[in-house]
Amino acid sequence: MSGTLAPAPVPTATEPAAPAEIDRSCRWPVLLLFLLAVCWLVIASGLTLVASLKFHAPRLLADSAWLTYGRLQPAAANALLYGFAVPAGLGLALWLCARLGGVPLRLPGLAFGGALVWNVGLKLGLLGILLGDTTGFEWLEMPRYAAPILFAGYAMVGVSALMTFKDRRESQLYVSQWFLLVAVFWFPWIFSSAHLLVSFRPLRGVMPAVVAWWYAGNLTVLWLGFVGLAVVFYLLPKLLGGPLFSRYHALFAFWVLALFGGWTGIPQSAPLPAWMPAVSTIANLFVLVAAVAVVLNIRRTFTALPRPRSRFPLALVIFSTVGYGVANLLNTAAALPSVAAVTDFTLFTQARTQLMVYGFFGLAMFAGMYHTLPRLLGFSLPSVKLMKLHVGCALAGVTISVAALALGGVLQGQALNHPESAFLDSLRPGLMALRLSTLGDTLLLVGHVALFLNLAGAVIGWCRVAWPPVFAAALRSEAPEVAR
Amino acid sequence: MNRGPVIFLGAFSAMALSWVGLIVQPQLQLGRSPQTTNTLNPVELYPQARSGLAQQGLQVYRSLGCATCHSQQVRQDGTVFDVALTSLGTNIAELVQAVQKVNPALSPAEAGKLVDMTPQIVLRGVDQATADTAVTNLSVGGAKAAAQLVALGPDLARGWGSGRSVAADYLFDQPVQLGAQRIGPDLANVGLRLPGRAWHFHHLYDPKAVVPKSVMPPYRFLFEKRKRGPQPSLDALALDGPSPRFDAGGTRTNWTSPDALKLSAGLAVPGGDELVPTDDAQSFVAYLLSLRADVSLFERPLSVVPPKPTAQATSATAAAVPLPAR
Repeated sequence: MSGTLAPAPVPTATEPAAPAEIDRSCRWPVLLLFLLAVCWLVIASGLTLVASLKFHAPRLLADSAWLTYGRLQPAAANALLYGFAVPAGLGLALWLCARLGGVPLRLPGLAFGGALVWNVGLKLGLLGILLGDTTGFEWLEMPRYAAPILFAGYAMVGVSALMTFKDRRESQLYVSQWFLLVAVFWFPWIFSSAHLLVSFRPLRGVMPAVVAWWYAGNLTVLWLGFVGLAVVFYLLPKLLGGPLFSRYHALFAFWVLALFGGWTGIPQSAPLPAWMPAVSTIANLFVLVAAVAVVLNIRRTFTALPRPRSRFPLALVIFSTVGYGVANLLNTAAALPSVAAVTDFTLFTQARTQLMVYGFFGLAMFAGMYHTLPRLLGFSLPSVKLMKLHVGCALAGVTISVAALALGGVLQGQALNHPESAFLDSLRPGLMALRLSTLGDTLLLVGHVALFLNLAGAVIGWCRVAWPPVFAAALRSEAPEVAR
Repeated sequence: MNRGPVIFLGAFSAMALSWVGLIVQPQLQLGRSPQTTNTLNPVELYPQARSGLAQQGLQVYRSLGCATCHSQQVRQDGTVFDVALTSLGTNIAELVQAVQKVNPALSPAEAGKLVDMTPQIVLRGVDQATADTAVTNLSVGGAKAAAQLVALGPDLARGWGSGRSVAADYLFDQPVQLGAQRIGPDLANVGLRLPGRAWHFHHLYDPKAVVPKSVMPPYRFLFEKRKRGPQPSLDALALDGPSPRFDAGGTRTNWTSPDALKLSAGLAVPGGDELVPTDDAQSFVAYLLSLRADVSLFERPLSVVPPKPTAQATSATAAAVPLPAR
């Protein structure tokens, strides 16, 4: 780290190890993580769509316990979070650790195994939720028999990332590495301590709910936020071919988020001593300051550099940054007691979550995947059309869903606060929003299927390229046997 | 220079602060708190553990993800005070003047009417200081007055509770199901609001039969179909008869056949059968009925509605309005 205010260097990875060598070392674990992420993304959006159809027809699929809304919706949310978000984030974290450290990935086999273990835990957990074994706490629904498997899977991938970080050959740390290092380490801590205190040695009374809120706040700001920002801070200068506007803006955001991000989770309406929601309000204000620093940094970087010819993953990065800014604005607004009086317990909460998980993190992951996949595979994705379809659907779907849920949530909250109108009338704007968000969910599903097809096509194509020599070699060695 | 460990340790301790602040500290404050004392009836400790059946019902509630759509937290905007005369004393003329002084909006005739009987609220919706002054001012000629607290807020106005939810309400809930959405109404006091078991069974089987505009999915898998025997089973939802009507408390008012339920179109079950709630449904409804937080606590003083004024205006028989804790 230099003591001057000189702009940070562009992340380059040319000196120590050749990028091609690094990409080759990352290929198997990262591709597996991406494949799993995309498969689960399709499943998650399918589940979300079925769950949201229940608002059109409550009796739809109502005869089996495992298809009831109260199980489908958490299953969908968990599939998105632990099926898509975490594996995609881990995949990019591995690749970035290797690229930014200028070193081939350490222990790729362990990371590969970790991805498989994580997947086993995830399947078991989602099945458990559908069968009714949920813990009953949002984002911690994974039953107690699945959580340790997930933890082990994460730890295996995490060790690979940390070993790669430790052996880095680039002496100067790029800001993305700061964010990644801390996020990769922080997840096991929050995941294990939350599951321990919620389902293994449950605390009494409201305390598990407090733990769940703390966990959700940490996961949002310090894992999704940090990994997403690491990807954005890497990709933007890379795609524009210039330096990041200010390393110090980024580090300021890092420290503010690290200090205050973990305190943000307690909702205003919580039946807790008043100091706890108040602390969350203040923390949210600080997090907003950090978010402003991030958005300004990205904006200045973007405006200072010439536009590249290809706008493609760049548009996703920009939208993702906008999503980050708006999501933090909404979160901070909802942490103010006067606003929370309207927005708490409404669909506004869902809008905030979707914007953060999908509108910011998801889009950043897509940008990262589209950037890394050609490098990992050695050729570009087969269909530009499918790529455009996916990006278009993703942007339109998330915009429609979030806007509808946020607006519907505010209207719903206002109606809820007018006790003279019947409760069911307060649902009317909410139901309108939920039905509109079904449209968004459908678009997202279409987009995700396009992404899946594209990735599947690439993998099949890659097999075609990679396997004939193997077959040929096998046949050649076989030939003398036949002759004999 | 390798700054990795420094950054890591620094950031890790920064983040661990939130663990200390939001988990360790609340655990010290709340996690070990014992049952608390009811301010109206200090002998009674609060909360009492739910019945075994209700605790099983909580597991059904958790497993079906009811908290996805239903919250169990009642909010409260604030409190105001009402001042009630509890005894009239001997000097009615002076009391009328005092009442007028306390509440200048009252005409002498109205004030005179107010001191006709006790307990009678003479001043509504004021802050605590004003209420205390009024209580002092009304203590003339042996008359007594009391200030009583009234909790405000849309949730309370909807009848979802008589005061806000507090941490003590959930002491024995494992797991606590606070919920974050109100796609359905708040259930923190559903046992007070709708104490009828039959209502809940019907509502679970076919929400639209009971609440026409409901968007709740039916929970038909909580019922089993049986051949009807000579006697209907306990709690069976018979399948013919007029559509059920319930009073405000959820008790059936039109009893033609036991628990007869007219199901909405498409849900009818062939004749000769009866629908019997499973064990899960029984425990689930027991849990719903156990949801009641109607105990006055230090952190949640409840207003006590004074008994209906009686014409016998003698101070000796006037019921005392309990003074809520501040």
